[in-house]
Amino acid sequence: MEKLRLDGNAAAGLLQEVFAAEVTTAVGTCDGCGAVEAVGAVHVYSAAGTVLRCPHCEAVLMKVVTDGERIWVDLRGVRMLELRV
Amino acid sequence: MEGTAVLGRLIWRAAEVAELWLETSSVKTLVLEVAGWPGHRAGQHVDVRLTAEDGYQAQRSYSIASAANGSRVELTVERLDDGEVSPYLTEEARPGDVIELRGPIGGFFVWDPAPGGAVLLVGGGSGIVPLMAMARQRAVDGDRVPTRMLYSARAWDDVIYRDELERLGGDGLDVVYTLTREQPPDWTGYGRRVDSDLLDEVAPADLALTFVCGPTPFVEAVAEALVGLGHDPSRIKTERFGPTGG
Repeated sequence: MEKLRLDGNAAAGLLQEVFAAEVTTAVGTCDGCGAVEAVGAVHVYSAAGTVLRCPHCEAVLMKVVTDGERIWVDLRGVRMLELRV
Repeated sequence: MEGTAVLGRLIWRAAEVAELWLETSSVKTLVLEVAGWPGHRAGQHVDVRLTAEDGYQAQRSYSIASAANGSRVELTVERLDDGEVSPYLTEEARPGDVIELRGPIGGFFVWDPAPGGAVLLVGGGSGIVPLMAMARQRAVDGDRVPTRMLYSARAWDDVIYRDELERLGGDGLDVVYTLTREQPPDWTGYGRRVDSDLLDEVAPADLALTFVCGPTPFVEAVAEALVGLGHDPSRIKTERFGPTGG
């Protein structure tokens, strides 16, 4: 598992497609444990989709799947996401 | 640097290979001329996309190696034998070839010119690339923030940017090497994996900010050791790359 783990920096391009903004400096609150981290610092696992996990409790924060034409975003694990405008 | 971070949609741009050279036997630097490039900050990366004649596309992320320099972007790419993109970039690409690129991407793992103390850059293998962009940007800016680079490589022949790192030394930047697998006969640097004792010796006393980049196990071992030594986790910025990076 460790070898497959990356971090939010690796999802920066994908997340910029979703949010049309730089997201690695955005700060998210984990709905599982309440930890607050920059998106660049969270754990990322990529396979058919991309899964972001809390680096403190490993709860799923966000799932992103794309087929090239559409993007599905599951944000259930993020209680709050704070982006600079 | 406000404004160069570029909010908004990423667009694919044509990037023409202007120059390329070997850094080591498995690592090549490509200088790309990117029309409309908005500029970048040291530590950011790009996505590179290749399209085969049958329409098959492969996309990978690569750290930018160069300081901001107009429409020129340098990538330093390590060839992974089972990779889809790096074999093309390191073996097939020639001056005049055009590839697709989008960026700059990222904002978390970027050089902060006002850290309020010393900076430590810790690179494992080709994880040195974004840290080199930071060292170069620091030199271009005439920034005197005390900066120590700890570069872990397997052997001296695997060290990228050797000559330039020697030239960049001074002006408050010093480079410490550890060669984990093989050391030259007269080697005076470290000869083991980066561990807590080594970091304790190398980390500046007034350390304010650390950037760590390399393979996931390397990055996590370094970050955990630094936290164990009492450094503030929020002042340790990490960027992991993994086996799918090629």
